[in-house]
Formats: sequence, structure tokens, C-alpha cells
Amino acid sequence: MHELAVTESILEIATRHAQQAEAARVTDIYLVIGQLSSIVDDSVQFYWDSMAENTICQGAELHFKRIPARMRCQDCQGEFELASQLEPCPACGSYRLAVAAGDEFYMESIEVEKA
Amino acid sequence: MTVNRVQVVENILNANDQVAQLNRQVLDQAGAFSINLMASPGAGKTSFILKTIQALRPEVNIGVVEGDTAPVTIDADKINAVGMPAVQINTGGECHLDAVMLKAGLQQLSLSEIDLLIVENVGNLICPAAFDLGTHINLLVASIPEGDDKPYKYPNIYRGLDVLVINKTDLLPYIDFRMDYFRQGVEMLNPGLTTFAVSCKTGEGIDAWADWLRGRLTAAKQV
Ligand SMILES: Nc1nc2c(ncn2[C@@H]2O[C@H](COP(=O)(O)OP(=O)(O)OP(=O)(O)O)[C@@H](O)[C@H]2O)c(=O)[nH]1
Ligand SMILES: [Mg+2]
Ligand SMILES: [Zn+2]
Repeated sequence: MHELAVTESILEIATRHAQQAEAARVTDIYLVIGQLSSIVDDSVQFYWDSMAENTICQGAELHFKRIPARMRCQDCQGEFELASQLEPCPACGSYRLAVAAGDEFYMESIEVEKA
Repeated sequence: MTVNRVQVVENILNANDQVAQLNRQVLDQAGAFSINLMASPGAGKTSFILKTIQALRPEVNIGVVEGDTAPVTIDADKINAVGMPAVQINTGGECHLDAVMLKAGLQQLSLSEIDLLIVENVGNLICPAAFDLGTHINLLVASIPEGDDKPYKYPNIYRGLDVLVINKTDLLPYIDFRMDYFRQGVEMLNPGLTTFAVSCKTGEGIDAWADWLRGRLTAAKQV
């Protein structure tokens, strides 16, 4: 899995925004991750603890907000929440589906302390 | 001491995606159409590239970037042996190529002499799907011995495909592979996906793929 690369990016983004805000320390990082993304929270946390050491982000807590996968049917335009990975539109049985939500993968905000 | 919330709203793979965008510009300027070729280990990625070179020569010049997790040049050597330029990128253990690695690979090729660039990604069905490289199309080589349930188990990679190649059809008589079940899974994830069934051993199906690719190359040149 590529959690190592992902964790590096999280550190880079959080550090850059903290510096811009002239913060002394980052205490919390809020991540929004869709259900369709194959990232495992625990492994990110595992890399995070050692990677953030001796940086402005040391000790910062990672918060993962998981967004359920929602599909939009291209035939009847209905929307539904995906329970497993592969299921047809419950209204009309079509498989022509587009992802309406669940592929998010971004940092929403950080909480910082200023001296 | 004051606590402040700082709004970020930045895609976690933003840095990768920006480099991917630059790669796409470089490839467009050089007039090189490019394919991100993904598959599990041993599905036949290198064999398929060699067949494609054979089918399109001499009219199409093909360059190849080989991504491997270990510093071995086995695949790049095979491409060089048939007279096409290939560069090897060692990912240093990473399970995928990313846009920065491809950028380094592109710098080692004379792109202006290349009509088609094929990037052989690391053998893996999960990680490569998450990293945009800046190539023009995503292609997956699935192979018969892997089993007919792969679309159901690795849905994400199928969702992002432009082309699917089903390789090793010569092995169909020996393996319980329900083609209908496989294709049904693909259809659920990527309706109407352009698909070619081929054998890199017998050459079956390669002509249809080569014709399709010639069409795409011609269309790309006209833009
Ligand atoms: N029977 C049969 N064997 C094939 C076919 N295509 C490839 N092979 C064999 O499958 C094995 C792996 O092929 P490669 O082309 O090296 O596969 P790859 O995906 O590039 O492998 P890695 O780069 O190591 O992940 C080799 O022994 C090939 O000869 C095919 O269509 N039929
Ligand atoms: Mg190979
Ligand atoms: Zn519907």
C-alpha cells in the first residue's frame, strides 16, 4: 500500500499551511476520505507518529472523516448509497453509475497554536 | 497561547497531480501519445509491449518507461533488445509509479522522436490506480490465470480504465475462467469499456488492438 507516500503528503501540506499561519505547533489535522479510497487509517497513523517527530506537527492528532460512497444512476438519475462495491441501481437495475460521493481525499483544516 | 483553526481544503495528492499535469504538457508538446499500462505481476505487461512494438513497426516509434520496485533492468533490456529506447525507473520499494518518477524517466528519453510512450507500471492492482502520471490513457492487462473474480475484488482500478486487455486467452482450455462472469463485473464498474482479448503467445487478437491504437495515434496527431 502507498500509505507512506500519502503520509508524507499530509505532513508537507500541514506544515506549509501552519507556516503560512505563523503557527508554533499543529495540534489537530482533519482529513476527509471517501469510502472508495483504499487508504487504511491505521497505517497512516503508524507512519505519522514517527514521521511527524521533531517537526511542527509533532504530536498532532489525525482525524479521519469517512464519506460513504454514493452513486448516481445515469439512466433514472436516482442516487443511492453503495453498501458493497458492486450493486445495481435499486430503482431501475442499471449498472450505468457515476460516483456522486465517496472518492474524496483531502485535508479540510488544521488546528494550530500560536505563540 | 491561542488555538486557531486554519482552513486548508487541499487534495492530499495535489503535489503529484500538479507534476502529472506538467508531464502531460511535455508529452503533448513532443507529440507523444502515452499509455499507463497497469497489471498484476506476471500478467504479461512486458510481453504485450513487445507484441505492440512488433505490430506497429516500422511506422510507429515507441519509447518505454519500465517501473520496477527493485533495481533490475530485465524488462528494459527486453525492449532495448528489439531496438526501441527504454528507461528503467527503480521505485525504491514503492508499490507504484508516481508523476515525479515518470518526470525523471521522461528526461532520459528523446521524446520528439517518439510517437507512442508506454509506461509499464509496477505490478499491483491497488496502488497505481491512485496516482495520475500525466499519461493520456489508462490500460489494464488482466490475464486468464489470475481468475475471473478480479473486477469484483479490485473495483477501483477497473473504474478508472480507458482500455482493458484480457491476455493469455490461449490458456482458456486449461483454466476455469468464466468469461461471462468476468465481463459482467467489468460492465458493472465501467460500462462499455473498450476491451481486447489477446494472447501474447499465439498473437491472437493483437491485430484488433493494433488497429484501434493506430486510430488513436492518428486522432491524437490531428489535435
Ligand atoms: N501462455 C501464455 N503465457 C504468456 C502470455 N503472455 C505472457 N506470458 C508469460 O507470462 C510470464 C510473464 O510475462 P511478462 O510479460 O514478463 O509479465 P509482466 O506483467 O511484464 O511481469 P512483471 O513485469 O514481472 O510484473 C512470462 O513467462 C510470459 O512468457 C500469453 O498470452 N500466454
Ligand atoms: Mg514486466
Ligand atoms: Zn436507475
